[in-house]
Amino acid sequence: MADVLKDLTATSPCAGLLPVTIGGLTLSEAVQLPMTLMAPFKGQEAALSHALEAAHGMSFPAPNRATGKAGARAVWFGRAQALLIGPVPDPALAAHAALTDLSDGWAVVRLEGERAEDVLARLVPVDVRIRVFKRGHTARTELKHMMASVTRVGTKSFQIMVFRSFAATLVHDLKTAMEGLAARG
Amino acid sequence: MRIACPLCGARDRREFTYRGAALPVPALDAGAEAWSVHVHLRENPAGPLEELWQHELGCGAWLKVRRDTVTHAMLGVVLAEDAGLAARDGEGPA
Ligand SMILES: [Zn+2]
Repeated sequence: MADVLKDLTATSPCAGLLPVTIGGLTLSEAVQLPMTLMAPFKGQEAALSHALEAAHGMSFPAPNRATGKAGARAVWFGRAQALLIGPVPDPALAAHAALTDLSDGWAVVRLEGERAEDVLARLVPVDVRIRVFKRGHTARTELKHMMASVTRVGTKSFQIMVFRSFAATLVHDLKTAMEGLAARG
Repeated sequence: MRIACPLCGARDRREFTYRGAALPVPALDAGAEAWSVHVHLRENPAGPLEELWQHELGCGAWLKVRRDTVTHAMLGVVLAEDAGLAARDGEGPA
């Protein structure tokens, strides 16, 4: 038994699938970080934001926005909730919000390249052009029938998340869109 | 068809799930007749109708949508939590 257990190693959601580079675009898996859903208690939104600022240097994001930066980010994740990515949440946050560890629950990939917007335009029904979807903007939206979170993390790069069980489908759909775009030149 | 989610902005219909007519919920002890009416009877108007939609593939919020059933024009959207439909502590709607 002990011999079996010692050989068990956690794998990442996209292990063996990424990275891939197609037509100048790169799709890679994000470094796995702790992820915690923060759902503020009623009337505690401002207090939570202050505690988050004090402990982790970022405010609680407004709808459709992300705060912080690579390695320590808070991404708005739907009605009355945001996902803390990076830091292990300070215990002080628990006084103002329900905290749920989702570290193993979501696949997180990064799409980077000159035409990353054009790839996403094939997959999500929101306008992600930089004119309207700037760095720090995020959207909960549909990606090929999957519930997704799309965040612009750079001029030419996006963070894309789906449930971990959809990781292979996400990679397949993104690769197909990348190949289609590359084929059109 | 697009619905303007109060949180996310205007989104494609494919992100939403229909959740039925937006009706005040009777008190829990309102009796079988009141609940039967609530569950079964609808006006089915050709014109403005209030319904519940959930932004299921977006922010998850339930919305109260006023929609013209003839033209599909969207006449107003609010978060369902602000619509005063829910029964509280066994009481009728606020
Ligand atoms: Zn929404």
